[in-house]
Amino acid sequence: MSDFLPDPILSVRNLRLGIGSSHRILHSVSFDILPGETYGLVGESGSGKSVTGLAIMGLLKRPLTVTGGTIHFQGRDLLRMRPRERRQLRGDRIAMVFQEPMTALNPLVTIGRQIAEMFVIHRGMGWPEARRKAVEALESVRVPAPEERARAYPHQLSGGMRQRVMIAIALACRPDLLIADEPTTALDVTVQAGVLELMADLCRAEGTAVLLVSHDLGVIANMCQRVGVMDRGRLVEEQDTRNIFTNPLHPYTRGLLASRPRLGSRGLGHRGRLTELEEVVAAKDRGRDMPTLITPRGPRLAEGAGV
Amino acid sequence: MMLRFNFTLGLVLVVLVVLGAILAGHLAPYDPIMDADLMNSEMPPSWEHWMGTDGQGRDVFSRVLYGARVSLTVGLISQLINSLIGTSLGVSAGYFGGWWDDCVNGLTNVMLAIPSLVFALAIMAVLGPGLPSLLIALGLTNWSWTCRIARSSTLSLKNQGFVQAAKTAGFGDLNIMRTQILPNILGPVLVIATLGIGGAVLSEAALSFLGVGIRPPQPSWGNMLSDARELIRTAPWAAIFPGLAIFATVLGFNLLGDGLRDMLDPHMRTRKA
Amino acid sequence: MMRFILRRTLQMIPTMLAVVLIIFVIFSVVPGSFITSLMSEGRNATNAQVLTHLNEQFGLDQPLLVRLWNYLWGLAHFDLGISYRTREPVWNVIEPRLWPSIKLALCAMGFAAVVGIPLGFLAALKPGSIFDSGTMVVAVSGLSLPEFWFGLLLMYVFALNLGWLPSFGYQPGSIRHIILPAIALGVSPMALLARTTRAGVLDVMNADFVRTARAKGLAEPRLVRSHVARNVLVLILTTMGLQIGALMGQAIVVEKLFSWPGIGSLLVDSVSVRDIPVVQGAVLVIVLWFLVINMLVDITYALIDPRIKVG
Repeated sequence: MSDFLPDPILSVRNLRLGIGSSHRILHSVSFDILPGETYGLVGESGSGKSVTGLAIMGLLKRPLTVTGGTIHFQGRDLLRMRPRERRQLRGDRIAMVFQEPMTALNPLVTIGRQIAEMFVIHRGMGWPEARRKAVEALESVRVPAPEERARAYPHQLSGGMRQRVMIAIALACRPDLLIADEPTTALDVTVQAGVLELMADLCRAEGTAVLLVSHDLGVIANMCQRVGVMDRGRLVEEQDTRNIFTNPLHPYTRGLLASRPRLGSRGLGHRGRLTELEEVVAAKDRGRDMPTLITPRGPRLAEGAGV
Repeated sequence: MMLRFNFTLGLVLVVLVVLGAILAGHLAPYDPIMDADLMNSEMPPSWEHWMGTDGQGRDVFSRVLYGARVSLTVGLISQLINSLIGTSLGVSAGYFGGWWDDCVNGLTNVMLAIPSLVFALAIMAVLGPGLPSLLIALGLTNWSWTCRIARSSTLSLKNQGFVQAAKTAGFGDLNIMRTQILPNILGPVLVIATLGIGGAVLSEAALSFLGVGIRPPQPSWGNMLSDARELIRTAPWAAIFPGLAIFATVLGFNLLGDGLRDMLDPHMRTRKA
Repeated sequence: MMRFILRRTLQMIPTMLAVVLIIFVIFSVVPGSFITSLMSEGRNATNAQVLTHLNEQFGLDQPLLVRLWNYLWGLAHFDLGISYRTREPVWNVIEPRLWPSIKLALCAMGFAAVVGIPLGFLAALKPGSIFDSGTMVVAVSGLSLPEFWFGLLLMYVFALNLGWLPSFGYQPGSIRHIILPAIALGVSPMALLARTTRAGVLDVMNADFVRTARAKGLAEPRLVRSHVARNVLVLILTTMGLQIGALMGQAIVVEKLFSWPGIGSLLVDSVSVRDIPVVQGAVLVIVLWFLVINMLVDITYALIDPRIKVG
């Protein structure tokens, strides 16, 4: 056990999010990310994992709003900052990569210019110098023939290439935190590994912390040190990656893992749908009038907490 | 809710105009053509003449009411003709494809290249002024958009497979067009038709204004404006009210059409205000 | 690019031919023409002999197909025929009317753009606000407004009452004369442009790449300038182009109202006296204008959007 634990670079506490006052999307989500760590947020569609990332960036679209909680980044609460200060952090200290590379870039502007823009606005460079840095950035994300590519337009690049460009843009100013929202989901399987590896290498080299949001357990297993499991707006379990796969604690996590298609398994067996969990929540954890198997008030299970 | 408001306002306006037209005989205090009192010409609005009198002493209000008949008749009937032509051409072109489709496309392109007013003007020149000519001229002019929409909707419906299914089940072409395709294109066609009525009213007014539409002394809002041109200094109300009537009518149909379009658009329906 | 232009120009020909055909056929149906109206109006005691002579002179005694062929032959040599009324070549009648019409269309569009585009832009940047609703109300009103009535009102207020601007007439190089007709003609395109701009900006603002730009930390002004504006430009230019193409035809009534010596008023006058060669010539010119502008719009589109390949 180490007695020196660095301060978390990101500390989310009791984050609540909803539409108006009636519809809740996030119910008091809390987690920390340590500097340099890759933290995974896994769950099905609709679990709220993407929206958590957007909330941290401050990119929530109306009518979604944060209704409570705090998001501390390097000690400062992002939600209480002035919009201008928050904007200055965006792209510079906290960056984001999105799921869909085909539409994420402006089709009318060259790749080089879109990367160079980062240097112009955050580092105050002039355009000629910024363009040079943009070519360097393309090199760092392993795009072949970077000078040519810099003069190209987005539609001339494949999906995988565009995602590399997105990574180049995100990491241009060497941010402290990178939020990656399903970065490879929309890519061909053959390309996914390369992009993920790239991300891992670059972040490791710079010490960038990563919040990796995905529904793909394989991706999470490969990339993250710790994992948080989200279900219907709640963070229901959080463990080291190693442990969570061998010893999932929360019934939902167990169901999630069990629903992975397994090579060689025959029949449905363990491959039930997530809605047909066989587990029963322990009586003391069950809500009073909850007929469902998993009570919405299921406690968050952390490593070593015991049932 | 803004949309709902628009639609309601449009509906109200249209209903008012329609009522005015239908009940003109009862509502109009004077005869629009015969009650010409030259001693009382160019009188400003008063209790006896709510909208004043025109250059020949006729009551403007009565003429505006009767003018509504003309405008609505032209608007509704010409648009009906337009929709019929456009729908039959568009659906058949999309359904059968091939050389017929090419023909219809070519014709549509040509019609879109000729400004509608110009075309209508040319036809009116041939047919001479009057209501029947107006109906024919405007009916032949504005079918292009309906045709385009009908055609593209038919094409997308064709690709969705249930046309194919119906064919395999042995249904005849005409039957398929009637039962499968028409109900699905009714929405967009209705929207275009509603907006088109407004356009037709404007066109009729323009043509009558130019002297090739409805001829005086039969009142049409367009020719009332034309007459009022000379009087603009001395009797501006003779120009203001007919024009206001045109504006209100077209606005009503435009709002109605916009409202319909928004109601039919699935995007709008799922968005929250 | 040159190949594109050439191809588009060639594509215009069938459309023009079809237009010629249609107009020709329409006017062949009518028994009368300027010639016969001379007789029926009993101006001079035109007797049958003179009538026959005139008919011969204009080739009106020949069958339809022959006349059509002659006309097309003439067109190929840029000969539009002879005016029944003035006995001059039709082109001589039309040509002095061209520039006034073009000028009016351009000024009206200028007015529409200067007022409509900013309105639409600002409305989209504050969707749902009072400003937005207000702008949309103005837009739908503008589309419902009969422009000749509006022109008449403008004339009443500004020319006759306030005396600031002349109410009719045309003087080359004069700005005062063009203001009222341009505004009257420009209201409708202005409304359409406001609506289209608003819709386009809203679409772009919701696009993924704008979200990316925000994630990059761009401030609103820069965001709008570098990313939104450029992408809406295509839509705006297309709309503007199509409107200019259509304006020459729509200008008919405004031209008549303000006694503006353009093609529109020429068309009306010729139609009422059945001077058919001039009518045909005027319609052809109007359609040609529309087609050429359309082609220019497509070229501009291809130049702005790198995804469009031309040629």
